[in-house]
Amino acid sequence: MQFEDEPLVPGDPLPIRPGHSSFGRFERVLRAGGFAVTAEIAPPDSANPAEVYERAALYDGYVDAMNATDGSGANCHMSSVGMCSLLCRRGYAMVMQVSARDRNRIAIQGDVLGAAAMGVASILCLTGDGVDVGDHPQAKPVFDLDCMSMLSMLRRMRDESRFLSGRKLTEPPRVFLGAAANPFAPPLDYRPLRLAKKVAAGAQFVQTQYCFDVEMFERYMAAVRDAGTHEKVFILAGVGPLASARSAEWIRSNVPGIRIPDTVIRRLQGAENQQREGVNICIDLIHRIREIEGVHGIHIMAYRQEHQVAEIVERSGVLDGRQPWRPALDWKNAEWDQGHPAAPDEPTMKAVERVS
Amino acid sequence: MATGSATERVETYRMRHWSVRNARFLKRLYAAIEQILVWCNPLLRGIGYARLDKPFMKVESLTKGFLLDSQNCGQCIVGFTGLSCPMNCPKKMRNGPCGGVRADGNCEVEPGMPCVWVLAWEGNQRLREEEIPLQVVQPPVDHRLIGRSAWLREVRIRVGSDNHAV
Repeated sequence: MQFEDEPLVPGDPLPIRPGHSSFGRFERVLRAGGFAVTAEIAPPDSANPAEVYERAALYDGYVDAMNATDGSGANCHMSSVGMCSLLCRRGYAMVMQVSARDRNRIAIQGDVLGAAAMGVASILCLTGDGVDVGDHPQAKPVFDLDCMSMLSMLRRMRDESRFLSGRKLTEPPRVFLGAAANPFAPPLDYRPLRLAKKVAAGAQFVQTQYCFDVEMFERYMAAVRDAGTHEKVFILAGVGPLASARSAEWIRSNVPGIRIPDTVIRRLQGAENQQREGVNICIDLIHRIREIEGVHGIHIMAYRQEHQVAEIVERSGVLDGRQPWRPALDWKNAEWDQGHPAAPDEPTMKAVERVS
Repeated sequence: MATGSATERVETYRMRHWSVRNARFLKRLYAAIEQILVWCNPLLRGIGYARLDKPFMKVESLTKGFLLDSQNCGQCIVGFTGLSCPMNCPKKMRNGPCGGVRADGNCEVEPGMPCVWVLAWEGNQRLREEEIPLQVVQPPVDHRLIGRSAWLREVRIRVGSDNHAV
């Protein structure tokens, strides 16, 4: 989807439309009523920008925005600020994830100003995983804020042009604010209220935990609709391909908060090619989730299966023929790009080939 | 071994369970103590709040420590959390549960501990208030207040005296 007012130089901000918070394409797609597709992009364990571009290119033309994770699972990777800065300069729409685990309020506010200056238009506020599950369990868990106080702090920065301290900003960060939601963890009957609280704190979109249990998600959404929350926030349901029955069982028993019903695991077990079946299941789930009233899009989390995302989007038909923004094919030779490091060859073609 | 740790779990968190079950009573008691302290304000001011902070902290730490496993953050919000001390959450969340709560209602980080927010939700329902107190967005912790008396701070806020923030 190319907007008629796309900037000449990719990476420059789009004009902010009336009623919009950000200059981002992601907010525009949602507010225009499009069924949005976002995907998680895993930051590399590397200082090489080419690795970032390579990972992004897998999604070219298939997603409306990419989520750059922030030390997900409490493991150390390239920062989300760094990822977003690199990719925003190319024109990609990014959702910058910010976790409260590693930084206090001084660092987070500074990072948000820096990120917004680099072109980040959407921010996802997270509390974050505990340090114990990651690769540096010796680290100090910061948790100066939680996702809720982070949301209200960033909303204040944007709407009142003030730091949490009250000190004035000369230019506020024009960001579209998001949060995570998990409809599948106890206390279940509080979860719809928790979503409403996040909206009250400033969330404009939410991306949910993996939805494998559609019945449970339907019950959650019914409660969300009863409260009218679905009219105040854009809800993107989390989906993703399971690699095999074994990995599904491992996730189920080792990752708290993810619910995988037996039917899904049995279907994987019965398949000749479990990885293919994982993709098929994901596509079926998308079809069912799409029918639920109040769902505004999907968020694909395909860790280590990123090459499957294009196929999932394509085969599920979730875009209805709409083509999300993609970098121009000749961007490698474009004048504005001369100063950038070399990027992989014809990344978009690679992604297309994988589909067929 | 398994049964041993299960008994230990019940033993360790028995008072937390009791407190959320009696959230309504404890919240009223809390309000009454606060009201009495507000009436005592001239006396307290006469003695000096700074001088009273330590002895008050001792009393608070003992009573709330016994009932709630209070972590003495100095800015108590248990009236909003159904009498479940949010500072027992390993992520120090003060606005509700994270997405990692285990299916059995226990904590993701400390699997043997009931999630502070599962208890808080139970306590909130027992408060039987029209507006659910848990829905109020709590500001981040003021780290200067940790280890100081939350009651005296509350009194100073109620009587509108200056310098109550620290």
